Amino acid sequence: MQETKNKDTSEIKDTFVLGGKSFKSRLIVGTGKYRDFAETRAAVEESGAEIVTVAVRRVNITDRGKENLLDYLDPKRYQILPNTAGCFTAEEAIRTCRLAREVGVGDLVKLEVIGDKQTLFPDVAATIEAARVLVKEGFKVMPYITDDPVTCLRLQEIGCVAVMPLAAPIGSGLGIRNPFNLAIIIEQAKVPVIVDAGVGTASDAAVAMELGCDGVLMNTAIAGAKDPIAMARAMKLAVEAGRLAYRAGRIERRLYATASSPLTGLIG
Amino acid sequence: MADAIPTTITLNGDPYAVDGDLRLVALLERLKMRQGRVAVEINREIIPRASYPAIMIKPGDNVEIINFVGGG
Repeated sequence: MQETKNKDTSEIKDTFVLGGKSFKSRLIVGTGKYRDFAETRAAVEESGAEIVTVAVRRVNITDRGKENLLDYLDPKRYQILPNTAGCFTAEEAIRTCRLAREVGVGDLVKLEVIGDKQTLFPDVAATIEAARVLVKEGFKVMPYITDDPVTCLRLQEIGCVAVMPLAAPIGSGLGIRNPFNLAIIIEQAKVPVIVDAGVGTASDAAVAMELGCDGVLMNTAIAGAKDPIAMARAMKLAVEAGRLAYRAGRIERRLYATASSPLTGLIG
Repeated sequence: MADAIPTTITLNGDPYAVDGDLRLVALLERLKMRQGRVAVEINREIIPRASYPAIMIKPGDNVEIINFVGGG
């Protein structure tokens, strides 16, 4: 990773680039499962996120006066990242991305093609198929994918602007289940690696960042917390702390103690 | 126009009667859909925003209007 060569640990210079755009916050947050749009906005603000994911759904025709999510999250202030949640085929996901782009918030998309309702694990073959088509159509594709290094390499070769391996099943809160796979993915990746799904609490986010991930994407961990606004802040701090620790370079693990105080000049 | 038979289309999966003005822009206006908030598909074909003014609704059209909602 090129970041490790950069000795400057100041936060200001530590940006990452997604699809040609530079971002300071490494926390990407979802907008689902909140009580209302006001709470969504408050949590997003507190998280410091610059990128927010949204889902693409039919407009409610019967309730026309209904407010729109974008009235609360200004696309001029936030990078809106439409997802393809709920899509089970490449065709559905491609259609969803095309529609999302036509709303006019850019061509960055979170591609997810689900293979199984219970685990919500991705359909790897269908995700690769959809990514190929979308990249050709000029989309900047960020695929949610299993934590498999080879699949992540393939997606990178296709031209995805990031790879987003899961830490654990969506909404499970189980944390980083396979740090070693993530470490391999991070080492091999030439595009940003964003851990997407499975984070339960702040320490999970910090662990992901300490591994060297470029960012973390989460929704349920914040929206489902007893106090979502407080958890949004906790996640912001955890991602920053984890990132800083990664760049600072942690000490080696040792089996035995090494004294912190001088062993010389002891009072005789 | 007042005596005209409403044009029936399928809108977001349900039957919908369009009275009078069959321009797409008129339909969007009637539904209070704002620019920059929605995208439109007619018979599985995405309609670029620039071509909205030229599009007329036809009987039996399958119209989908989508927007963004909360999601991860």
